Amino acid sequence: MRVARVIPCLDVDAGRVVKGVNFVDIRDAGDPVELAARYDAEGADELVFLDITASSDRRDTTVAMARAVADEVFIPFTIGGGIRTLDDARLLLRAGADKVSVNTAAVRRPELVSEISREFGAQCCVVAIDARSSSEAPSGYEVFTHGGRTRTGIDCLEWVAEVERLGAGEILLTSMDRDGTREGFELKLTSKVATAVGIPVIASGGVGSLDHLVEGVTEGKADAVLAASIFHYGEHTIAEAKTRMAQAGIPVRPT
Amino acid sequence: MTGRPLVAILDYGIGNLHSAQKGFEHAGADARLTADLGLIRAADGVVLPGVGAFAPCMAALGRTGLDDAALQAVQSDRPFMGICVGMQVLFAGSDEAPGVSGLGVFDRMVRWIPGPVKRPQMQWNVLHRSGDHRMLTGLDDPIWAYFVHSLAPEMGDASDVVATCDYGGPVVAAVARDNVWAAQFHPEKSSAVGLQILANFVTASAAAATN
Repeated sequence: MRVARVIPCLDVDAGRVVKGVNFVDIRDAGDPVELAARYDAEGADELVFLDITASSDRRDTTVAMARAVADEVFIPFTIGGGIRTLDDARLLLRAGADKVSVNTAAVRRPELVSEISREFGAQCCVVAIDARSSSEAPSGYEVFTHGGRTRTGIDCLEWVAEVERLGAGEILLTSMDRDGTREGFELKLTSKVATAVGIPVIASGGVGSLDHLVEGVTEGKADAVLAASIFHYGEHTIAEAKTRMAQAGIPVRPT
Repeated sequence: MTGRPLVAILDYGIGNLHSAQKGFEHAGADARLTADLGLIRAADGVVLPGVGAFAPCMAALGRTGLDDAALQAVQSDRPFMGICVGMQVLFAGSDEAPGVSGLGVFDRMVRWIPGPVKRPQMQWNVLHRSGDHRMLTGLDDPIWAYFVHSLAPEMGDASDVVATCDYGGPVVAAVARDNVWAAQFHPEKSSAVGLQILANFVTASAAAATN
């Protein structure tokens, strides 16, 4: 049985959750531990923390956050953003993160993927890919870096095959065309990637409704769906998401 | 002796053991990450974690001498628990590492999960009980647990299988024999269900301590 995962994504700056999470009766909307525990209790299958800390000398706050979350919350969590070296990955994994995701640094130096995979296992090596449609790319999609600002000239499907070969255990695929639009996942991109690889694919970018989560799995063929705002701003609960998915015939872990 | 049973989590330099330690602490143990042979001998329960791949785990166990410590604990009748790759190394060997011997506590092989499925299985899945082992005491069906693995032990004659999951067919999810428990899934990452399983092990360790 393939069971789809529902994954809330939290942005973190210097160890604090930013861009607000509107849970009722939450004491501290910036506390990653409290929010993670809350999402665990609500039935989230995993969590992704995206570290947007700008200055590298404040990165130790992210390591401390990983430790604090791992102390209290017993579901898997991934930390991504700003991981440039094997040492960066090691610090976060030792602190208690289950997976790290690499993006720009992997494009710049693909061996980073194999280094992390070899030392810690493929299961903790997530490659995040920001893709944008491009008439110049053979697959129609090009890989971008630096949060979607920088073109790489690399074809998305070629990159996906490459990172699988290098030992990635999972792909976190974000459509930069859809990110923030609330128009739904880029389903064609998602299904192309999800059917091209033998490792799990998390769909990301564009969720604005519960039906979008359903489509990500049924049409996008994704193994997991990631969303931020629809959960954080109290529009929908994890339970509502899973109920809708189950009604659509998608196996999910009930909340 | 304190009220909390001492659970030694074998620390042989592999991966993230922080969650396992915190999980056992939440479950009521005095849980220590340790490579200290004296402490391991004194422990009421012993846990062999493991992530990544079979060969590096076996190599690290050999390098640290914790392979012998694990086998002594297995033979001591104190509760012993292998988790994920820490389960797999209890078997004779693995498809993942031809020619590398496991600890051989269970006399069969670990195989790639067969069929046209994504590997790793990286998801929550339902445990189907086989028999009535105390590993799963206090849990209502369906029991959901978190898996991350590409290989799993052979079914054998299934007499030691505690639970299976369905992933392109039945896949061994947990085994147990005498004092040895082993889980292919991650109880320390399986939310309330996983903490109950860890608590069951802590209870067994406490019982063993008073004998």
